[in-house]
Amino acid sequence: MNALTGYLRQSGTAIRFLFLATVVLGLAYPAAVFGVGQLVAPYQANGSILRDGAGAPAASALIAQVKDDDGTQDPAWFHARPSAVGWDPASSSASNLGPNDAKLTDAVNANRAAVAEAEGVQPSDVPADAVTASGSGLDPGISPEYARLQVPRVAAAHQLGTEAVQALVDKNTSSGLAAFLGQPTVNVTALNLDVAAAGPPRS
Amino acid sequence: MAFNAPSFLIQVAALVLALAAVHKPLGLYLARVFDGTASSRPERLFYRLAGVDAGSEQAWPTYLRSVLVFSAVSILAVFALQRAQGLFPGSPALPGVDPWVAMNTAISFVTNTNWQTYAPESTIGIAVQMLLLAVQNFLSAAVGIVVAVALIRGIARTRTDRLGNFWVDLARTSFRILLPLATLAALVMVLGGVVQNFAPTDVTNSATGVSQVVPGGPVASQEAIKVLGTNGGGYFNANSAHPFENPNALVSLFQVFLILLIPSALPYAFGRMVGDQKQGHTIAGVMATLWLASTALTGWAVATAQGTATAAAGGIGEGFESRFGPASSAIFAASTTLTSTGAVNVAHDSLPPLAGGVAMVNMMLGEVAPGGTGSGLYGLLILSIISVFIGGLMVGRTPEYLGKKIGPTQMKLAALYILVTPLLVLTLAGITVLLPDAMANAPATGPHQFSEVLYAFTSGANNNGSAFGGITTSGPYLSTMLGAAMLLGRFLPIVLVLALAGSLARQARIPASTGTVPTHGPLFGTLLLGVTVILTALSYFPALALGPLAEGLLK
Repeated sequence: MNALTGYLRQSGTAIRFLFLATVVLGLAYPAAVFGVGQLVAPYQANGSILRDGAGAPAASALIAQVKDDDGTQDPAWFHARPSAVGWDPASSSASNLGPNDAKLTDAVNANRAAVAEAEGVQPSDVPADAVTASGSGLDPGISPEYARLQVPRVAAAHQLGTEAVQALVDKNTSSGLAAFLGQPTVNVTALNLDVAAAGPPRS
Repeated sequence: MAFNAPSFLIQVAALVLALAAVHKPLGLYLARVFDGTASSRPERLFYRLAGVDAGSEQAWPTYLRSVLVFSAVSILAVFALQRAQGLFPGSPALPGVDPWVAMNTAISFVTNTNWQTYAPESTIGIAVQMLLLAVQNFLSAAVGIVVAVALIRGIARTRTDRLGNFWVDLARTSFRILLPLATLAALVMVLGGVVQNFAPTDVTNSATGVSQVVPGGPVASQEAIKVLGTNGGGYFNANSAHPFENPNALVSLFQVFLILLIPSALPYAFGRMVGDQKQGHTIAGVMATLWLASTALTGWAVATAQGTATAAAGGIGEGFESRFGPASSAIFAASTTLTSTGAVNVAHDSLPPLAGGVAMVNMMLGEVAPGGTGSGLYGLLILSIISVFIGGLMVGRTPEYLGKKIGPTQMKLAALYILVTPLLVLTLAGITVLLPDAMANAPATGPHQFSEVLYAFTSGANNNGSAFGGITTSGPYLSTMLGAAMLLGRFLPIVLVLALAGSLARQARIPASTGTVPTHGPLFGTLLLGVTVILTALSYFPALALGPLAEGLLK
């Protein structure tokens, strides 16, 4: 009986403690971070939204934005890495296939053939990031090598010079400390917005 | 993707230097919080409203009862309110969570595991993330810390049955340690690009005509405590591989630093509280040695880029984010499994087999390098007691630890502690591989399929929460079995630790004699290291041989 009343009294304390802690840690804390974040860094806090020439929100600089037809990316634009979720920002996932999985080998080989054909290069010239699905499925970055392969195709589609397009690639290539700690990447989402501003695709 | 060795080495060195610089001031602060008696005015109000008698201390059975009652109430509340999600506002509006998933998730977050058997984007809305999951990120981390503190008090105190007051310890740890650190970390993360808002953003690219709904949410506030409290439950399905949780490699390195921060400062607090700083240095030294060895091994295993599919791709890439790459992700993978975190910035299922194997070994070590918040320290203190016993047997001395006699009672508790997790992992994984219906949830074949199951139960019972994501665990069987693994893997060790703390506190201190085995210095550190590796990791050797070793060596 004593043990039972002990448990009951403890339960009451536990419920009140949990409720009060929720007010502080579940409401006040995220609200405070939100408030300071909106004051100090509204661009980052709201999803690093890039705007088009008219000032309308066009994309998030952190999320891949892909124009595709059933998984085949539009040849007029720079292509992002393969995605296990079809580049849908309402979800995020890797393929979760093992390093010896035959399904993964097949997918990689198919991707390699498709990229080689789209860019008109040898299959052996296609870098690994172009044929492998990213961890999130929303990776906006590609390697500078993969971007270089795509320059002639995109330049032709927009009737731009390859030097001009390569300059846009270089502008959107990460550098500095973050690029050293990770790897240098080309932000495809931002790059395609720059390409659009430079010239519309030839229809 | 090429493995950048200079970048890898510089990041490892930066982490070691940063932690070496902050572990002392933070450790001193932690010790002051745990040893302090005065309450601030808001704390006194909090205690009055919660009905806590802050002046009274508890004996170990009462302390344990408080831990268990608080955790049970938390599990029930998190379960019930997930089921009632439809009543909460928020965008996107989501219905109540499936009962199996809700049960598994409630256990998962209260036990500091943060295994995620659901895809948050389509299952868990803003209100549940903020009010239930993020709050448990704080409280479950705090529970781990206060249990470690109770054990330290058991060692430090003499001739008493009092270990402290659970409610006061819990409140102090949450509000004086975790909350200020998390607030600071969250603001740094917002500056680095992590999202903190309450609604999605509609975007339309006028040149391509592509429209997207860019997700929003209180991500930075949750992310900060996710890593700081070694929780690991992501706001998004892809966890720290998601660009909104982890926008660049600098933020990623900061997250690894936060993962290691509290666990590596606790040994200093321990040394302070037992009045012998050398004890803390030795524990920290063992943690650092294991962390360095395992991180180096992970880096090597990732750099080998083993695997037929990896070879077909021309190198590392599958499951990796381009902005991180192999070096950054190897460091993250090692640190998240050497602690009870389980956040990931790379899909572990697609790691080269031996790198996946090292991640499993890291958890099998009992996550003690530096381990979960609190659980890493109490794990290593138990292993110290076992080392003292073994060392005492070797030289024919009566084992004692910091002036406390290690008798049959203490040894039984320590031995049971060491046995609980391997028993859970191997039994539950063993049963599961015999059930064809359960194995259908892991569509991989051969050793990799076994690895996925072994990883799941290792992660669950050790309260890690990272996964070989190829296995689907939302069905009734696996969500229940993994729920059991998480629950027993968390609370059985806590029962044993608190019982041990109680038995040590009652003793008088024996003065050190020439017969005392010193428990500091390189000699004892090496013994402790050996005991940790032999006792824990080797329990799993046959299982590892069937999974990652078979996959990695037989190619």
